[in-house]
Amino acid sequence: MTWVGQPLPRREDLPLLTGRGQFVDDVQVANPLHVAFARSPWAHAEIRSVDLAGALASPGVAAGIAGTELPGLTEPFAAGITHRLAYYALAVDRARYAGEPVAAIAAESRYLAEDAVELVLADYEPLEAVVTVEDALDPAKPLLHEQVGSNVVVDRTLRYGDPDAAFARADLVVEETLRWERYSSTPIETYGIVADYEPASGLLTMWANFMGPMTLLPVLARSLRMPEEKLRVIVPKDIGGSFGIKSSLFPYMTVVALLAMRAGRPVKWIEDRAEHLIGSSHQPDRVGTRELALTRDGEIIGLRAHVVDNLGAYVRAPEPATTYRPLGNYVGPYRVRDVELHLVDVVSNKVPTGPNRGYGCQQVYLETERTLDEAAVELGFDPAEIRRRNLIQADAFPYETPTGGVYDSGDYPRVLELALETAGYGELRALQAQARAEGCLVGIGIGLAVDPSISNMGYITVALPPEVRQAPGYNPKSGAADWAQVRVNASGKVVVTMGTAPQGQGHETAVAQVIADELGLSPDDVATVDAFDSHTSVWSVSSGSYSSRFSGIAAGAARKAAGVVRRQILEIGSTLLEAAVDDLELVDGEVRVKGSPDRSVSLRRVAGVAHWDPHGLPEGTSAGIQASEVLHVPTSAPPTHDDRVNSSHAYGFVAEVVAVEVDPLTWGVTILSYASANDAGTIINPKLVEGQTYGSALHGLGGALLEEFRWDEDGQFLTGTFADYRCLTAAEAPRIATAHVETPSPFTPVGAKGCGESSSETAPAAVANAVADALRPLGLKPTHLPLTPARLWELARA
Amino acid sequence: MKPAPFEYFRPGSLDEALALLAEREDAKPLAGGQSLVPMLNFRLARPSALVDLGAIEELRGIRIEGGTLVVGAMTPQWELEHSPHAFPLLREALGFVGHTATRCRGTVGGSLVHADPTAELPVCALALGAELVTSRRTLPAERFFLSVFTTALEPGELLVEVHFPAPPGPSAFVEHAHRHGDFAVVCVARAGDRIALGGVAATPVLWDGGELEPVGDLFAPADYKREIARALIERARAA
Amino acid sequence: MIDVAVTVNGTRHERRVEPRLLLSDFLRHELSLYGTHVGCEHGVCGACTVLLDGRPARSCLTLAAQADGRAIHTVESLADGGRLHPLQQAFHEHFGLQCGFCTPGILITAAFFLEQHPDPTEAEVRAELAGHLCRCTGYAPIVDSILAAAAALRR
Repeated sequence: MTWVGQPLPRREDLPLLTGRGQFVDDVQVANPLHVAFARSPWAHAEIRSVDLAGALASPGVAAGIAGTELPGLTEPFAAGITHRLAYYALAVDRARYAGEPVAAIAAESRYLAEDAVELVLADYEPLEAVVTVEDALDPAKPLLHEQVGSNVVVDRTLRYGDPDAAFARADLVVEETLRWERYSSTPIETYGIVADYEPASGLLTMWANFMGPMTLLPVLARSLRMPEEKLRVIVPKDIGGSFGIKSSLFPYMTVVALLAMRAGRPVKWIEDRAEHLIGSSHQPDRVGTRELALTRDGEIIGLRAHVVDNLGAYVRAPEPATTYRPLGNYVGPYRVRDVELHLVDVVSNKVPTGPNRGYGCQQVYLETERTLDEAAVELGFDPAEIRRRNLIQADAFPYETPTGGVYDSGDYPRVLELALETAGYGELRALQAQARAEGCLVGIGIGLAVDPSISNMGYITVALPPEVRQAPGYNPKSGAADWAQVRVNASGKVVVTMGTAPQGQGHETAVAQVIADELGLSPDDVATVDAFDSHTSVWSVSSGSYSSRFSGIAAGAARKAAGVVRRQILEIGSTLLEAAVDDLELVDGEVRVKGSPDRSVSLRRVAGVAHWDPHGLPEGTSAGIQASEVLHVPTSAPPTHDDRVNSSHAYGFVAEVVAVEVDPLTWGVTILSYASANDAGTIINPKLVEGQTYGSALHGLGGALLEEFRWDEDGQFLTGTFADYRCLTAAEAPRIATAHVETPSPFTPVGAKGCGESSSETAPAAVANAVADALRPLGLKPTHLPLTPARLWELARA
Repeated sequence: MKPAPFEYFRPGSLDEALALLAEREDAKPLAGGQSLVPMLNFRLARPSALVDLGAIEELRGIRIEGGTLVVGAMTPQWELEHSPHAFPLLREALGFVGHTATRCRGTVGGSLVHADPTAELPVCALALGAELVTSRRTLPAERFFLSVFTTALEPGELLVEVHFPAPPGPSAFVEHAHRHGDFAVVCVARAGDRIALGGVAATPVLWDGGELEPVGDLFAPADYKREIARALIERARAA
Repeated sequence: MIDVAVTVNGTRHERRVEPRLLLSDFLRHELSLYGTHVGCEHGVCGACTVLLDGRPARSCLTLAAQADGRAIHTVESLADGGRLHPLQQAFHEHFGLQCGFCTPGILITAAFFLEQHPDPTEAEVRAELAGHLCRCTGYAPIVDSILAAAAALRR
């Protein structure tokens, strides 16, 4: 029996279904205080003073802290850019977005803390707000950070091959500019932090629903001016969704920690939804231009991008990664070699940005795929055909992209054809023709994405010019590592321990399948623990559950550890059976002599010897059976001097076909059908993969169609409730037909690649292409996302 | 998102409730709380006291009196939706009001008194020519809704029951919202020849047969609403 | 402060609380029933839904004071000891949850819904689910779980 590939039900479910999950708000500490924040009502204002006296005298208040105190107590947070923006956990002398925290109060209850916050007196001198991308690029607008001297904080032009020559010899150049407003992850569980400080030992323990990258823990320790070993971060067993956003909660950890130190008691902060919408993190708003140079045969010979990402008030690590994470896969699945990328990051009076499912990729693919569809129209090709003509072929792997990515494996033509077949593409086109003849606005869109997983920590340093990276004293960055431990207990059962900080993906279910195969057991014989504790887990700065890295790397580390354990079992078995290790196999919970099934010893007996009678072990063997292994991927290297970087370790592929109908009255978009074919390498559990496809597709559709944060021209936030920030519900969600190709990754131990962000990268491109296709008979071309009814109506009216 | 402090009273009778409200200037009556409690949680409403009407049995109930449907102000929306006495117009409209959990708590009177200009029940009340019986007087729906979240109720005056006349002819309720259960962009109730619209002005309005001048909002510009309202009116008239 | 006496999952509890205490906070922090989750505190996400006298209610839009004298059922009441409720079983079999944070409220709504609609259509299930936000599953597995539970309950 091979367990990898089986749709096993999730072992995570039972506590969650019965109300016994362990989320951060369920963490029990003795007698905690509760935190509420005072937040700036202004988008941009000098802070003349903050007076906490009234708040501190309010009933039940134990401690308070104002942003004006922070430079004396903390260091600004580091980020991977050249400018020091002085980003503190609370606004110090200037508020830079509406909702920015300026003070925090800890009281006996959240109710009392909110009462006290109303008594915080802050004196503001309002300034003109910088809201849009255009505002941020306008030199006449005020500077957010005087010391930077510009609201443009990163501006890099990267050239690969000879893009000028490619564009000069092109038969056709197509250019599209797309604007995409902000959306976000909005998990149903908000941020939460519990901090407990022991003054005598100086140990600060924090529970937080933080999912990495753990590189932010040193950032946090540094902000607190605290040795890293005095900071213990424990991630509760259950996290109520993240989709990237919970990376960005770390600045709040600084404040909650300071309050715990000040109050001498445990302190708890559970972010409320209003805080989450206005003050957590968003995907940047972006204006992106794509130019494609093509031959008349439809071959893409040159690609130029000019993008501006609006990072909001500060550059919060890991930003500006939105702009740089797709670097290795910027060309997507296409063979184009000559590429120029002009990548600009700006600051403005909006909430700082951060990771959001798909992180930077959905924007790149929206821009390329929309532009490619317009090129297909110009050249008279079907959108499927123009893609076929440009795909990297199955025999080309591993394929090095012009920007430095190394695509590990794939069969893009096969996946595209599978998507077209799953969608019934031919029939859909026939239905569309019929619908158009009847005056209906029906469109079909294709979206393709090379889905990067297992980020190389070094890609972000491409935001720094090569002369900075090459200067003496600069320490290069790279890496993608994770850890797992496998042990066999005295009764012969296997226990796998990881520290991935999962958010509902089913890591324990999946790893049990991998380890069962490796050790010849049933998954029921494999117990699993997945819990991150910075003091007990083995981790590195790249650890965590982000960039779809579990199946490639944590499961890989577990498999690697299981391989060591397997060897240990066989060695003990060799002594007990008096047979050579090479003659033994591990099957069905027994060590057997190959070809002589009657000569066997149970794993229970092997474990019994290892634990109860280590004297009987082979010489040089230690008691017990266990291995703890870190898996680091060798493909992860710092960027080259010419800005090439393999920004991820594995690259899946997704092809989707979406059919929509646009209502010519309400201009609402209805999804008629949705087909998704993907290749995420070896599939450990198809139902878990399917769940990731469904969730990521709906997230992408939401961001492309309806979800949107809005501000007025003064930077006042207009979408502060879940009635205004509109997530798709079951009534709007489509059924999704899924299909899979498995080309195992040669670079990961299990052959698996990430799949958690896959369809959130294709869905926006596919649905935008479908809407554009639907509106083409009217001569309308949508360029501004999300494609809300009002926005399409305005387009039609113009 | 926790409410500011308030005193809380749960009177057992209407008279007791009226007395409590009369004694306290900033007191607010609490019906089902499905609109008021969010406002308390956001601290947009800060009453000194809440007078919970939930224990006043005389404010609940559904009955037919001479062809008129009489609904106690504190009757949960869900009960009206599932009452054999409810007109199809009301049942259809109630299907658009929030979700089951909010309809089980939210009351018919609470929705009318909250006077959200996009809410379904006020539009129905206007189309049907309902009469709103308060602790002091009887008001026709035409004179009840004054502006956004504002009615003709005076301080200390409570809505007691609503008299919905049977529709004099064909009826229909049609609505466009961006998502199922959202506040309406525009909704239209038809009762015979009377057509009322929600979402186009500061109050529900009766359609006079002329051109509409809707008020736009964050998600729906005025002209967009006008086109939708016209189409919904046609749909309702075709019913 | 006011006195509140409620029967939760069959057990009577009496507490003296502030009038402004939300039922969601009362259940979680006064009674230590952590199965009820808080996701938005303005009635949209549905995570905190409980049964109040047998009907679904957003516990974040209900004051503990309003629940005085009434019966509440939370997600903790669904399973019978170690035996899952057919809805819980169906969610397990059909991958109807990922992170599990929205799940308690959905189970409560679905339990009431299936009492009222023992043989629902997919469209009816989707319309009912529109009162709950889930960011993990794309909803299809939840719809399948509820339809499967309906079939199991009819048997």
